[in-house]
Amino acid sequence: MRRRIGIDVGGTNTDAVLLEGDRVLQAVKTPTTADVLTGVKLALQGVAPAIGSAGVQGVMIGTTHFVNAVVQRRDLAPVGALRIGLPAAATLPPFCDWPDDLAAIVRGQVHMVEGGHDYDGRPIMPLDERAIAAAAREMRAAGISCVSVSAIFSPLDPAMELRAAEIVRQEVPGAAITLSHELGRIGLLERENVTLLNAALAPLAAHTVRAFELALAETGIAAPLYITQNDGTVIRAELAARFPVLSFASGPTNSMRGAAFLTGVMDALVVDVGGTTSDLGALKAGFPREANAVVRVGGVRTLFRMPDLLSIGLGGGSHVVAQADGRVAIGPRSVGFRLPQLARVFGGPQLTTSDAAVRLGMLGLGDPARVADLDPDFARAVLVEAARMLEDATDRMKTEAAAVPLLAVGGGAFLVPEALPGISEVLRPAHAAVANAVGAAIAQVSGETDQVFQGLTRAEALREAERIARARAAEAGAEPNSLLLVDVEDLPIAYLPGGALRVRARVVGEIASD
Amino acid sequence: MRELDLDEIEALAVGAWVLGTGGGGSPYLGLLNMRRLYAEGHRVSLMPPEDLADDDLVAVVSNMGAPLVGQERLTDSHNIARAVTLMEEYLGRPFRAIMSVEIGGNNGIQPLMAAAHLGKPVVDADAMGRAYPEAQMTSFAVADLKPWPLSLVDPRGVEGIVAKVPSWKWMERLSRKMCVEVGSIAATCKAPRTGAEVKAWGIPHTTTQAIALGQAIRLAQREHRDPIQAILDAEDGLLIFRGKVADISRRTTEGFLRGTAKLDGLDRWRGSGLELAFQNEWAVGWLDGVARVMTPDLICVLDSVTGEAIGTETLRYGQRVTVVALRAPKVFLSPRGLEFVGPRAFGYDLDFVSVFDEPAPGGQMP
Repeated sequence: MRRRIGIDVGGTNTDAVLLEGDRVLQAVKTPTTADVLTGVKLALQGVAPAIGSAGVQGVMIGTTHFVNAVVQRRDLAPVGALRIGLPAAATLPPFCDWPDDLAAIVRGQVHMVEGGHDYDGRPIMPLDERAIAAAAREMRAAGISCVSVSAIFSPLDPAMELRAAEIVRQEVPGAAITLSHELGRIGLLERENVTLLNAALAPLAAHTVRAFELALAETGIAAPLYITQNDGTVIRAELAARFPVLSFASGPTNSMRGAAFLTGVMDALVVDVGGTTSDLGALKAGFPREANAVVRVGGVRTLFRMPDLLSIGLGGGSHVVAQADGRVAIGPRSVGFRLPQLARVFGGPQLTTSDAAVRLGMLGLGDPARVADLDPDFARAVLVEAARMLEDATDRMKTEAAAVPLLAVGGGAFLVPEALPGISEVLRPAHAAVANAVGAAIAQVSGETDQVFQGLTRAEALREAERIARARAAEAGAEPNSLLLVDVEDLPIAYLPGGALRVRARVVGEIASD
Repeated sequence: MRELDLDEIEALAVGAWVLGTGGGGSPYLGLLNMRRLYAEGHRVSLMPPEDLADDDLVAVVSNMGAPLVGQERLTDSHNIARAVTLMEEYLGRPFRAIMSVEIGGNNGIQPLMAAAHLGKPVVDADAMGRAYPEAQMTSFAVADLKPWPLSLVDPRGVEGIVAKVPSWKWMERLSRKMCVEVGSIAATCKAPRTGAEVKAWGIPHTTTQAIALGQAIRLAQREHRDPIQAILDAEDGLLIFRGKVADISRRTTEGFLRGTAKLDGLDRWRGSGLELAFQNEWAVGWLDGVARVMTPDLICVLDSVTGEAIGTETLRYGQRVTVVALRAPKVFLSPRGLEFVGPRAFGYDLDFVSVFDEPAPGGQMP
């Protein structure tokens, strides 16, 4: 029986579960600590006694540590940005659409040199290697060791980014170099933005992954360490340390996948009702549907593998206001984590959705006597309005007319009614409190391609895209024989002659057992 | 003539994207250039076409190419400015002002970039009133004005002139080949126009229209009002359909993105379906199998919540969208205008009927 440990390092709590097959053997919740290490160690110690002599095949950690660093503007390193593509795009240099406060922290140096490719694979200009060496020496002189390299059309031909990395490595020994073709899609600014964020997080990622490894060693657990990614799959820890941006959305992703696993329902909508917002996602074959558009992270436009999420201002702490016309308005303001001080049932001044639920006996929280004066019809109207908001949100996330199941998790899940139009059934998984850690524990390995193919038939292009995706998955730690094609999409490109086709392919498989 | 402030240019980017009717490329990169140029102290003035003298010479600019290539090579404001000065060198005459060939999409911003660098005003007019996929789909072609010369610029120092062609179709063929050769993106200055020609055949005040449209959408978003109603009010437009994307298929033929999108109705259209055909831009919409709205009426597909335009390249399965129609410029409603941009110009065997001239089906008030 395969045994795995899944750990979720959130902003508040660090959760761990021990999974055997599809059974949760042990689950613990501990506070997240400032040094990360202590919290992870405590969580591991919580599940360690249940491991016994059988051992575990892997430890999977999901963390929101890196995205929080960007949002809170902390622990970010100054980056040397190297753009390859002159004379094109000269007036829109790296950082040109960043929020000022974040750019002020991350923008170490900006260098633009000649090179890059056209859509048909021809170089825009020959690569200016001397200019790259000069830029690298300037970075070294300024003490910059985190470097981002982005070349025009590098997803088609990464050769110039790879050569630039060699040159930078010679001039800046020990530099942490991020190459844009390893992360992003077509769309230079958005791909470059992801690359810059990744470079800025390199020291924090290295430090954090070391702390995870140390926690494992000090707990005496000898198993390979994996970090979960935005798409619900994992990569080996040493690779994850190089690509912290790939774990930005692992929190909601793991929560969704955990809910699917715990209910056994693989195609469903998932709603995670927290204190301030309800976050909705869609699962297809157990994986979150991907956002196909620009996603802002800390105010920066990015385009890479991220789940399609919808947040609405409905949570257990949302303010409730009676409108002049007799209708009820909920949120978006919320008492958030101060619910135990500010909600009416705790003697606070603010009427919240939780107060209405307590009044109707649907929720045991605080002192029900403090809301005894609340008109039950009004309390019912609050729950009706919450249901209306959820009906609208679930309908917006649906991609088919048929009714689909809804998986409800999170502390505010009492707001989700038993029946909603367009929803076949509402399921509330057991162990929902540690759904994130379960989602981490069940993660698989993936590989992805996104590039433009020319001079191939459509069938040939699709085959080639799948071949590249499989090679990437194997490199990331997948068992090659277990790989399945889970997603393939092709888009003909307007104006380009010769049947140019942009193909995205993704494969997923089990972790190799070496 | 008056100076534009940056807030108006931000609104222009939003409005131009709606007038792009699904194509024309996002104005975002042009907007980034304008923010930088304004931060550097450049300013752009907007000139009513009525202020042009008959013998003034006007540069008609456009950034040609594939939107996807534009996402990688981006937009550099110097290129479009160079296309203008190259044409001046070729003609041996200076331009009085600069205008866009198409207000819809990324080209709605292009003349502003050239104007900022060259210190010339932008004429408040264009030759499409929206976006169209081909060079001959302009009011100037409808008027049978001279299609040549054209200048084309690539930042590697590649500069070309198409000195003479016998027709607009030939201009499209030659300039398209040159554009593909330099990477499927190029800054171009089309056949220069006199002040008299712009006044007679330009589509007037479309920059002002796009700014007003963008301002209405931005204001509605800020005040949490329905931005789509704001569009309908600002443009005297018609709500055609609200629904969810049920299917989208795309193919490239002859260098264009063609295909269809099927929408399943929501709200009062529940049970109905709208099928939209496109060639880069939305061309025809069939409501339950009956042609309901067609080019040259503007067909705009908008995000039902934000009111922002959605392009034919980015529309995807499951999106909730609202389709509205805006009025076509009069020049395209004549029999000759319809030859250039009516449904038959896009290969649909339909007689043009404006959605603004017929009652809504089923006796409903539109």
